[in-house]
Amino acid sequence: MRVFRAYGPVVEGEAVVSEEGFSPRYDLDRWTGMITKPGHKLEGTSLVDKICFFPTAKGGIAAGWAFYDIKWKKIAPKAFIFGVTNPVMVQGAVFAGIPITEGWDPHPREAVKTGDWVRVDPANKRIEVLQRAV
Amino acid sequence: MDLTPEEQSILGGGRGEAARRALEYQLEVGKFWGAKRFVPVTNVHMMGDIEVMGDGGLEYLRGEAARGARCVVGTTTNARCMDFAHCERMGQDAGEALKERELIAILRRMDVVTTDTCINYQTVYQPHLGEHVAWGDTGTVIYANSVFGARSNFEAGPAALAAALTGRTPEYGFHLSENRRGSFTVELKAALNDLADWGAVGKLVGESHQNYYAVPVFHGYRRTPAADELKHLGAALASYGSMAMFHFVGVTPEAPSIDAAMGGVLPSEKIVVSDSDLDFIYKNYKLGDGDARLVVFSGPQQSLFEMKQLADLFAGRKIKSGTTCIVTTNSAILAQSRDLGYAKTLEDAGVTILEGVCFYILQNLSPMRIANRWTNMVSNSAKIVNIIGAHRFNTILRRTADCVDVACTGILK
Repeated sequence: MRVFRAYGPVVEGEAVVSEEGFSPRYDLDRWTGMITKPGHKLEGTSLVDKICFFPTAKGGIAAGWAFYDIKWKKIAPKAFIFGVTNPVMVQGAVFAGIPITEGWDPHPREAVKTGDWVRVDPANKRIEVLQRAV
Repeated sequence: MDLTPEEQSILGGGRGEAARRALEYQLEVGKFWGAKRFVPVTNVHMMGDIEVMGDGGLEYLRGEAARGARCVVGTTTNARCMDFAHCERMGQDAGEALKERELIAILRRMDVVTTDTCINYQTVYQPHLGEHVAWGDTGTVIYANSVFGARSNFEAGPAALAAALTGRTPEYGFHLSENRRGSFTVELKAALNDLADWGAVGKLVGESHQNYYAVPVFHGYRRTPAADELKHLGAALASYGSMAMFHFVGVTPEAPSIDAAMGGVLPSEKIVVSDSDLDFIYKNYKLGDGDARLVVFSGPQQSLFEMKQLADLFAGRKIKSGTTCIVTTNSAILAQSRDLGYAKTLEDAGVTILEGVCFYILQNLSPMRIANRWTNMVSNSAKIVNIIGAHRFNTILRRTADCVDVACTGILK
C-alpha cells in the first residue's frame, strides 16, 4: 500500500483496521489503551502496540498532548495510518515519536485485515503485509 | 524546507537548547505537510493543563524549563481543568491540584501569560487581517481565521509551545491563501434569535461536512450578527466539522461578496438553513431518564454580555434544590461581572461560577458524574453538547432561557 505523507521510523506490528474515525480523547480510554466510546465500531478493542488504520481523525486541540500521554504510559499504538487526518493528530504523533501517515492507495479494505502483521516504512511511504492473519 | 539564516542559527543552538529542540520538532511537522518555509508569528495561544497533559507532559515541561525555555512572542494559555477555589467541593484530586499548580508556575517561568481562557479573542488579543498567529483551542482558531482574517492552523499544545519558543510556525494549511477560499455556501433563512441557534447551525453544517479544509460561506442573513453569535457558530463548526474557517458575506473581512469569498471557484454545494431545520435539531435530542439536575453554560467561556444575559434571566429566581448549574468564564470577565453585580445575581440564584476553566476538561469529570448520579447535561452550547460524550453524559441542547428554566424548575422538556 502506498501512503501520501508520512513521518517516523520503520515499525512492524499487528494491524487494527477501523471503518470509523478516531480521536484519542473522544474514543480512547487514556488509562488502558482500549476504545471505550459507546457505539464506536472498535469498542472494546485494545490499540496498545497496534498499527491502527483509521479513515478520518476527530477531535480538538486537547488531542495533541494525548499521544505523548499514552506513549508515556506505555499504552500507545505503534503507528497511526489515516485516510485523512488533521494538523493536531500530526503535531501530536510527531511530538510523541509515533509514526503517522496520511492518504492511501489502495484502500485498506482491499489490502489489509485486522490481525495481519504489517510493516510501515514512512521514509519510502510504503506499508506491506508481511503475514496474513490466520 | 528553506531555512533563513536565523532559523539555521536556532537549529545550531544559537538560541539555546529548548529553542533548538522546538524548531527541530516544527521542521518534522512542516515536512509532513509539505511546508516550504516558516512564517513568523506575533502571538501564541496554547492548551496546557494537567488533565490534557498528564504526568508525561508535566515531566516534559520540567525538562524544557530546565533547558532554559522562554517565549519570544506574547503567549497565553487556554482554559484549564481546575478552579482551585472550587476543587475540593467539586471532588477533584488534591494530588492533581498540586501538579496543576506546579505546571502553572513552570509556564510562568517560561514567560507564558496564564490567562486560562478560551475566549482570548474577546478579552486578550485581537489579531488583524493577514496576521500570522499560532493558536489552539479550535474555537479560537476559527474565530481568528474567520472574523479577524488572521491566519492560524489548529495548533495542539506541544505545537503552540514550540511556536512560542521559536517565534514561528510551518507555513501550511490556513497560512496559505489558496486554502482560505470558500468551498460551499449556506444561506441563513432562519431567525437565529438565541446563541444556541447559532451553535445549532454550526452542528448542522459541520456534522455533514467533516473536513479540516472545508470552508463554508454564510450569506443571506437578515441582520449583522454579534460577536457572541459568531463565537457560538465558529465553536460548533470547529467541533462538529473539524473546520478552521468560515466566511460570512458582508461581515468577515475576506468575504465582501460570495464571489470574493469563493475566490472565483463555484461552490460544491448550496445549502439553505431555515427555522424548521433548527426545530428538527432541538426535537431530536433524547431526554433519557429526564434527569434535569445539571445545566452548564460553558465551552466557550462566557463573555461579559453572556454573563449579563444570564444575570437578567436568573434575577430573582433560585435554581431547584438538588440541581447544579455551572457557569464558566475567565478572571477578567468575572472581575467585571462582580463589579457590575452580575456575579452576585447569579450566585444569589445558586449558580456556581467557575473561573479559568472549561466544564468539559474538568479534572475528574467522569467520577464527578458518577458521584452526582448525573445522566443528562443540558446546555445552550452546541460545542459542549458534542464534546462531552466521552464522559458518558447524555447531552441536550436548549436555548438560553430554556436552560435557565430547566435549572430553576427541574423540568426538562
